[in-house]
Amino acid sequence: MKRQLPLMLVFLLGAFMIIQYFVPAQASLDAYEFILDWMIIIGIFAMALGIWSLMRVSWHKIKRRSHDWQYAALTLAGLFIMVLFGFEPIGGGLKSYLWLQFYEFVMVPVLATIFSLLAFFMASAAYRAFRARSLLAAVLLGSAMVLMFRVLPLGPLSDPINELAGWILVVPNLAAKRAILIGVGLGMVATSLKVILGIERSYLGRD
Amino acid sequence: MATGNGNRKSPSNAVKIILVIVAVVFLISWISKATTGMADSTWLNIRDGFLITFAAFLTLSIFSFLYNDNPFYKFAEHLYVGVSAAYWMCLGFWSIIVGNFVPHASKTLSTFFKVPFQEYSWFYYVAFAFGVILLMRLLPKAGWIARWPLAVIIGTTAGFNLSRYLHSDFMSQVGNTFQPLFVDWQGAGHFFSNLSLAADGQLVMSAGNWIVVVGVLCGLVYFFFSKEHKGMFGAASRLGIWILMITFGASFGYTVMGRISLLVGRITFLFDDWLSIL
Repeated sequence: MKRQLPLMLVFLLGAFMIIQYFVPAQASLDAYEFILDWMIIIGIFAMALGIWSLMRVSWHKIKRRSHDWQYAALTLAGLFIMVLFGFEPIGGGLKSYLWLQFYEFVMVPVLATIFSLLAFFMASAAYRAFRARSLLAAVLLGSAMVLMFRVLPLGPLSDPINELAGWILVVPNLAAKRAILIGVGLGMVATSLKVILGIERSYLGRD
Repeated sequence: MATGNGNRKSPSNAVKIILVIVAVVFLISWISKATTGMADSTWLNIRDGFLITFAAFLTLSIFSFLYNDNPFYKFAEHLYVGVSAAYWMCLGFWSIIVGNFVPHASKTLSTFFKVPFQEYSWFYYVAFAFGVILLMRLLPKAGWIARWPLAVIIGTTAGFNLSRYLHSDFMSQVGNTFQPLFVDWQGAGHFFSNLSLAADGQLVMSAGNWIVVVGVLCGLVYFFFSKEHKGMFGAASRLGIWILMITFGASFGYTVMGRISLLVGRITFLFDDWLSIL
């Protein structure tokens, strides 16, 4: 019951999803839609589980007054305030002014800045990676430079660089991306088969 | 590092002074934005001034990580974690539970949440029940029941991915790789008499297709580890690395440009929206 039923469910649903792909009947499509709706509804509970875990960890930090517990309190405060704004009877829901402002003036600046911060770290990483110590490193450097110079106004050099960048993207880049995608496709098929046939069972955890 | 109740250090005077200075600077900024605002009422100017100043504070707090980990960065980081968790939770609740489940579950709830009722369907109750069972993971003795909904998600995803990846990532890619190696071939005479280096010329197009076919094969050879990379196989593998290096360089260039454009966006926000000096 603890392990056999989940394995059976995985096999049945996995096999069903494969078979329905080859059955172009309306009933098959309806069942497919239902199952996808199931996944979405169950998935939202998985998110609730994650948020509960975040709340529990933060609460334990506050309760124990452990190191930097004040920040855990801040996390909880941000969470509850945003939930309050997002709850329609009190805060007005997803279209309320406060909800949108919190999104625009808290989430967007922080997220955009964190990603832009990576520009600095990439610059230092690039210095280490792009020192043309070998021919292959020089190829990496050259390809990256062409792509980066593409958007710079370089006068008469702009057009040839643009053409070269376009060629790199459409020919060698496409070739390598295809090789990677074919590998990913095969890997995904093998992994999915292992899961469906019950060879891969790590998701069941220990018992 | 202090981790328990005792042995906890209070902030030094220097830190306190820095905190006060930062607070004063942003307070002045807020007042300045509020007094120079263009909104209709004073209240709106005060509110908008606060929001822009706060966003600028968060932006600079994140940038401060370039110096070192510090309380301002931690403030912005932890606030973001809480706010974004709530954001996704509310979005999920309204779009999935209210938008997807409620219209099939209850007329009363549909009326309460102001969504059009569609039709009763026990399928959705089963999904909801599975979702609730997933929460059993929180109970130590009944945690194993949570494997059932997990199995539903994993089985469905595995079956779905198998056919999807086989079709899009494998068959489509293989199919698209095999393009004509001699584009629009009408004989050697025609080829040499119309020889051109233009991007849409026969030579360049054919060479491109050759590079794609050979590049894909050599790239695959590089990822094939069941045979030692020696001889012809090793040469193909080395050519594969070259092709991969060009791609990694192109991806790196793209990513850097994306990040730089985000950085420009944040700097524009600071200098234009906040300081209004652009």
